[in-house]
Formats: sequence, C-alpha cells, structure tokens
Amino acid sequence: MPHDGHETDHDHAPPADADDRLTYWRRMEIAVRELLVEKGVTTPAEIAAQVTRMDARSPAVGARVVARAWTDPAFRDRLIADGSAACREMGVEVEAMKLVAVANDAETHNVVVCTLCSCYPRNLLGLPPDWYKSRAYRSRTVREPRAVLAEFGLRLPEGVAVRVHDSTADMRYLVVPRRPEGTDGWPAERLAGLVTRDCMIGVAVPQT
Amino acid sequence: MAPRAEALPEVGPAPPPPYPAGRPRFSPGDAVKVSFRDGPGHIRTPWYIRGRTGRVERVCGAFPNPEELAARRDGLPALPLYRVRFALAALWGAGAAQDTLDVELYEHWLEPADAA
Repeated sequence: MPHDGHETDHDHAPPADADDRLTYWRRMEIAVRELLVEKGVTTPAEIAAQVTRMDARSPAVGARVVARAWTDPAFRDRLIADGSAACREMGVEVEAMKLVAVANDAETHNVVVCTLCSCYPRNLLGLPPDWYKSRAYRSRTVREPRAVLAEFGLRLPEGVAVRVHDSTADMRYLVVPRRPEGTDGWPAERLAGLVTRDCMIGVAVPQT
Repeated sequence: MAPRAEALPEVGPAPPPPYPAGRPRFSPGDAVKVSFRDGPGHIRTPWYIRGRTGRVERVCGAFPNPEELAARRDGLPALPLYRVRFALAALWGAGAAQDTLDVELYEHWLEPADAA
C-alpha cells in the first residue's frame, strides 16, 4: 500500500505534479466556478474563505481529542457513548454527521475505510490522504485488512480482532488508539504529539 | 456583481436533526439480511454486502434517505440507520475468525434473518 510519498526520504524522484494539463474535469471545475461567480451565486472571496477554513482543519484537532480521552476517563466514556457531543465539549463541531469513536484495546484493533467514496472526519483530521481515496485501499481493507495493515508496517497478533468500519453513510469514525506504555504522567499536550493521522484512521499505532 | 440568477432553484441547507421518523424496526443483536437488489440513482449500500447476513451493532438514529436527497427531494420521513456487523471470514471465505466488518445501512435495505 503506497504511503503519501512525501513523508519519508527516498532516493527515487518525487511523483510528477498532476497539474501539467487541463483535464476534462479541471476544465469543468473552472467553468462551473466562473459561472457561479458570474451569476452571483458565490464570490471568489467566499470560495477562498472556504478553502482557508478547510485547510485550517488538521489531525492536530483529533489528536487533542484522543489525548483528552487518554487522560480523562470520564471524557473517554462520553466520547465512546456520543462522539459528537464529547467533541462539542472541546469546541469541535462535527456538524451534520455523527461521530463514532472506536477504541482499540488489548483484544481489538479498529480501522476505517469508505468503500463508496472518501467519507472522512474532516473536522477532526483535515483532508484525507490520497491513499485513503485509492481503489486499492478502499477495496482491499474490507477484504484483507491484515494484509493492508501489514503493508503500512502494522502486524497484528492473531489474538487481536480486527474491526473494519466501512463509512458508508452519515457516521464518521475516529479510532482512539491505545495509550503507549511509559507515558504515565505526561501532560495531554505531549501525549497529543504521539497521535498521528494514521493512528486515528487505524493504519498505525502511536510510537514513543 | 451580476444579479442573482432567477432560473436557479432554491437549495437551502438540510433541515437540522432530529428528523421525523418512525420507530426502528430492528434492535442491537438482531440478525438482518441485506436486500439483494439494484436500482437507479444514488445508493449507499455497497454491492459487496448485498444479500449478506449480519447482526445489528447499534441503531445510529434517523437520517434523510440519501436516494431521495440525490434527487433534490427532502428525504423525509428519515430512515433509521444501523451499523450492521458481518464476520469477515463468512463474507469472503477466508480470514481470521474473530475479524469483523461494520457497515452503515438504512432500514429499507434490511430484512429480518434467522441467523447471522
């Protein structure tokens, strides 16, 4: 399973930019956008503001929620019972969708996929990585999750049950990973630094 | 700026939940079978799960029917939405016995089943 490709230093050349030509769909997007502006439905400023709003979301938001769950057992219970309400306590709105938080433990590992498109908890994690939207990840994760996770470098013992969640409708999923050993007494801010995007999708576990 | 176009239909934001809906037909633990059928339009029941049997993991609440929303209707009355858990090994004929797959499915795609 290919990773983003931008996170590690490899010898090979980076993938070529995909912005070298106007494809059919790029042309369509520009045409529709210009028409919407011309007809007064929206403005360039509104589009820019929405892009800024989307870019401001990042996995740091989800990491803050997970770190709170690790340090506050009552919050963790509320998060598992009603993810949206618990996030709202922290000022994180999940909006129309409902958040389902699924917790890993000694016997269970959770992983999230959307086989139909690319449903993703954007309010908590920002934009999904490209591999999350790939046909390979979407089709294989529901069929052979252990093989997919192994390609991400995560080999699960046979005694651990894999719970795959196909995000097909109005729920959004946040994996609450296990808190690593040796982090007793760490403040929530330091713990949040361990919680990567991939941990909250379920294709990795936190490393100290 | 040009005046707002007259011809564009008014599309407001979706109404806020909770949506009017009937009582859920299924409860957690119930065995259910996913309908094996096809139809036109925007269907959010993946092909791979149609005709398969699982158990209700939880009732998620009621949500407007996405097949109606895609046709620019309001999707009401809202449909109960379930998370249904399937055994991976039973689905694919391979895999660890304890591994599972949970799929969100709207009530009109589910039928009672004898066993999961």
